[in-house]
Amino acid sequence: MTLDYAGATTKYEPTLGLEVHVELNTKSKMFCGCATEFGAEPNTQTCPVCLGLPGALPVVNAKAIESSILIGLALNCSIAPYSRFARKNYFYPDMPKNFQTSQFDEPICVNGYLDVEIQTDEGQKVFRVEIERVHMEEDTGKSLHVGGATGRIHGAEYSLLDYNRAGIPLVEIVTRIVPGTGKYAPQVARAYVTELRDILRSLGVSDVKMEQGSLRCDANVSLAPIGSGKLGTRSETKNVNSLRSVERAVSGEIERQANRLEAGERIIQETRHFLEESGQTRPGRSKEQAEDYRYFPEPDLVPVTPDAKWIEELGTRIPEKPSVRRKRLQTQWNCPDKEMESLVNAELLDVVEETIKLGAEPTRARTWWLGEISRLANEKEVAPTSLITSKDVAEIIALIVGGDLTDKLARQVVEGVISGEGSASSVIEKRGLKVVSDDSALMTAIEAAIAAQPDTAERIRGGNIPAAGALIGAVMKATGGAADAAKVRELLLKHLGRG
Amino acid sequence: MAAISRDDVAHLAKLARVEMTPDELDHMATELEDILGAVKRVQEVATAEIAPTSHPLAMTNIFREDVVRPSLTNEEALSGAPAKAEDRFKVPQILGEE
Repeated sequence: MTLDYAGATTKYEPTLGLEVHVELNTKSKMFCGCATEFGAEPNTQTCPVCLGLPGALPVVNAKAIESSILIGLALNCSIAPYSRFARKNYFYPDMPKNFQTSQFDEPICVNGYLDVEIQTDEGQKVFRVEIERVHMEEDTGKSLHVGGATGRIHGAEYSLLDYNRAGIPLVEIVTRIVPGTGKYAPQVARAYVTELRDILRSLGVSDVKMEQGSLRCDANVSLAPIGSGKLGTRSETKNVNSLRSVERAVSGEIERQANRLEAGERIIQETRHFLEESGQTRPGRSKEQAEDYRYFPEPDLVPVTPDAKWIEELGTRIPEKPSVRRKRLQTQWNCPDKEMESLVNAELLDVVEETIKLGAEPTRARTWWLGEISRLANEKEVAPTSLITSKDVAEIIALIVGGDLTDKLARQVVEGVISGEGSASSVIEKRGLKVVSDDSALMTAIEAAIAAQPDTAERIRGGNIPAAGALIGAVMKATGGAADAAKVRELLLKHLGRG
Repeated sequence: MAAISRDDVAHLAKLARVEMTPDELDHMATELEDILGAVKRVQEVATAEIAPTSHPLAMTNIFREDVVRPSLTNEEALSGAPAKAEDRFKVPQILGEE
């Protein structure tokens, strides 16, 4: 009998461990001045240093050190007063040097933690994920496997290497094992990677795009019978390219391992690849032993010893934790859960906050960004924030609240700004979009409407108030929507002796 | 340090993609053993007062600013490659069939 997920977690206790690789968004590589632009022509961003040519001398990128320390501080780590780079030797052509410059026993940040909150059967619960280390290294080149049936490495006739990515600064964040998550292991894993991604984004140290590979997660999972107090053999799942996949990969591994154990089989310590379509994993190359990497201190680079003053200065630049900020803003704005979630998912939190800081009323600021502006952005397949500034939106909202713009006119202003006609105020000026609040101008239009529909006017005089809709409509049409309908109604009824 | 076994040599040879005959494996195991013996003698000289050296000069914090400098052109980068295709370095099959 096969165990499903519920069955698996009733019998076995999962233990998690997560390794996250983050590509830093520095302009140049970790040890040389080559550009880090994504999507450049193959092998056009390389030099003797990142190609590992004889005699080349690497020099550490100061910005990468700074970013690594910022990450460590944001994750409550201690920053090592002395840390060194090491060569990680391995037999694989994705590094032309035949080793990756990494850190081994002297990482730059150690002993941190990150608290994540998830929804459990007993309500919201906080899990502490302890961080063992944050270390610096460099990314590898990209391989293209040619020939063979699958396009995969196994059975390929040859491989083609592009070293543009080789040497881009990479930071690896390694957790300690996370015990006691029980059946919530997949959600804890996802919440951790989400929270980490948000923190990295708020620090501005990485693009954190999982689909482009600037944030990558390896999930280690092991199982032991509940109550055994033991740790099982772990597998390491790679190729997990979205937050949803993190969750699916962990639950998939729990099910697979539980069923192997049930069948009396052994778990092999190995690297597995996540398959996006099925949510399952398949075996990759079997894990080389740690000592096979023959780590030794990198003789071409000198130790990094950040002084306390620098670390202290960097500490002042750590922003409020994103989850804390979200809660604070939600309370301040009195924003419903669903809407808050939409704002976060659409990455509109910053711009809405800016718009509100510029004086816009919170509910309207949220509605405009999530509604009309997002709709237009979707049509154009661009980010809403690339269409219009918070300043323009705040100005438009102020005019709506002040009665100078109707929602309909405001939409025209937004459209004008987006199509490049200038700022909100210049669009209003050029298109003549202000609400006609001048009573005499409105009265002219009202009288014209009455003259055009005398029968309707008579019915209103006779007490048929709902008939006023037709005349109000005519006035709105005549003013091109530039009138406040409530005001027109008031003036019209008064004029016909029904006010 | 444990003795270097014939199996250790066979494992390293496999990782290095070096084909070795049984005779060569035996020979290499003995030879590596001798080399380790020589290193051991050096270690006896090293004392607790001397910190392990990873760099000949006592320098720290040598950094460069995050500034982009010109890279090699594609042609220059590939000029020393034994084989190339599609603007990339071409390497032989990495892993065999599963």
